[in-house]
Amino acid sequence: MTRLAARGAAGLSLLIICLAFLGPFLWVVISSVQPEATLAAQPTLNFSLDNFTAVLTWETLILPLINSIVISGSTAVLTVLVAGLAAYPLSRYQLRYRRHFMLTLLFTTGLPMTAVLVPVYAMFFRFNLYGSVPAMVLFLTASSLPFSIWMMKNFMDGVPVSLEEAAWVDGAGWVRSLTAVVGPLMAPGIAVVAIFVFVGQWGNFFAPFVLLDTPEKQPAAVTIYTFFSQYGQVAYGQLAAFSILYTAPAVILYVAVNKYLAGSFSFAGSVKG
Amino acid sequence: MTVATAPAPPVTSTPPSGSSRRGVLRWLLPLGPAIVLLALFLAGPILWSVYVAFTNETLTGSASVNSEFVGVANFTRLFNDPNFINSFVLTFVFVIGSAVIGQNTLGLIIALLQRGRGRMTRSVVNGVVIAAWVVPEVVAAACWFSFLAEEGTLNSVLGISQEWLYTAPMLAVILANVWRGTAFSMLVYSAALSEVPKDLVEAAAVDGAGPGRRLLHITLPLIRRSIMANLMLITLQTLASFGLIYALTGGGPGTASQTTPLYMYEQAFRYFEIGYGSAIALVMLVIGALFSLIYLRLIKVEDA
Repeated sequence: MTRLAARGAAGLSLLIICLAFLGPFLWVVISSVQPEATLAAQPTLNFSLDNFTAVLTWETLILPLINSIVISGSTAVLTVLVAGLAAYPLSRYQLRYRRHFMLTLLFTTGLPMTAVLVPVYAMFFRFNLYGSVPAMVLFLTASSLPFSIWMMKNFMDGVPVSLEEAAWVDGAGWVRSLTAVVGPLMAPGIAVVAIFVFVGQWGNFFAPFVLLDTPEKQPAAVTIYTFFSQYGQVAYGQLAAFSILYTAPAVILYVAVNKYLAGSFSFAGSVKG
Repeated sequence: MTVATAPAPPVTSTPPSGSSRRGVLRWLLPLGPAIVLLALFLAGPILWSVYVAFTNETLTGSASVNSEFVGVANFTRLFNDPNFINSFVLTFVFVIGSAVIGQNTLGLIIALLQRGRGRMTRSVVNGVVIAAWVVPEVVAAACWFSFLAEEGTLNSVLGISQEWLYTAPMLAVILANVWRGTAFSMLVYSAALSEVPKDLVEAAAVDGAGPGRRLLHITLPLIRRSIMANLMLITLQTLASFGLIYALTGGGPGTASQTTPLYMYEQAFRYFEIGYGSAIALVMLVIGALFSLIYLRLIKVEDA
């Protein structure tokens, strides 16, 4: 009887937790389809997609989303290329300082990137890189590298060396071996790293906020903040619609890699370097 | 037969060690781009901030042309600056409240409650909690902005009228960050709990240990490494949190929720006090480095 009561109490607690977590989403979802919605949570029976059509203009949403895709996409592609190359010798060769290098990378993943942006900003200012999207992408790539190299090496360790040997016998160098044998075999791993970096940069607000100068270059993360601070009070329905359209890609991509990421939360089995 | 099946000693997989030129190029070429990017855009700026923190560098005015070495002046100013001390205390409260107590405890509780539940329940709970985590930080701020508004969802449910963002800004940002970050701890603890041997817990139950004692004396000690590693990681993430607080309260009202990253932003990017801003950044980096080192000590890194 007490066992049953305990189970019931646990179930009830989970239900309350779920409701509490849903709470903050509630008005965003409802108000996005309410015409003239304000901050006041007073749902009406009116349903319209006006808020979505209102924000689906070139300056408000389309250009910022394109910017987001360009910034996050090029960062993801560049990170995967550079991390993939770097992971090869780390995975395949006996290097004297490999352990030091890997530990330094792991250490770097813990550093607050927010703090690094002050000197990066000053540096960009001094070298006339302030406002440059490519320069920012290079910084974002560098900041994504430590974790990505770590993940890439783990995925690459999973590809047996014996599979490469046939290619070596045929006279292939490491470049061919990497692109023709290892790369295709670890394609799921590459996708996970790419999506991981993409989603991370999709939500990155601080870096573009301080490194880019004009609104036309800004990704949706910054545009939605500007929209929020200007119209958040008066046109909450539109902010809600904006939020949903901007969040959707991140959610879809997360769902796509969810099952691959599940294993990476375990510390107990020790981190593989 | 054994000869045939035994893996042939890989002739080419052990390249000549770094002695020959070709040997160096073999690892330097593929590692090169990563090393260059990390040096130029991470190590370089960090080292440069160490230097700039000891100068009066600004982006406007005379010091922008000729910055001078000012010794520890920035740090003397920093530790006597009531606004910095305020921000430091608030950051401490924010980290303890939202990460160490909030996310960590709630994540552990949810993971514990989920044990032995059906697939359906688990995926619903996981889905809801993870949804809050996947949402970009500015959107999370927009969610909480309406949730805490005077006529918002929370007040409607509680039947009160309260301007949370003005009367209790720290509580508001702490709750928002607990909401956003709990998923990470929950996933860490779900993974850790799944590795706790069932028979150990059952044996204790047979010996008459109640659920509380089993948790305290068996489960928690077994997952203590995960707990410590998780605490370090969420502390590091929370320490540098900017977007959520900035979008939700802007550090206000006044400086009531201005944590150190927001204060650093104000000094460096609003007043262009790069020298002073770098000193603040350096303090954050040093604290981050300390926690990162503790984290490295805690996890077992095999074959790195």
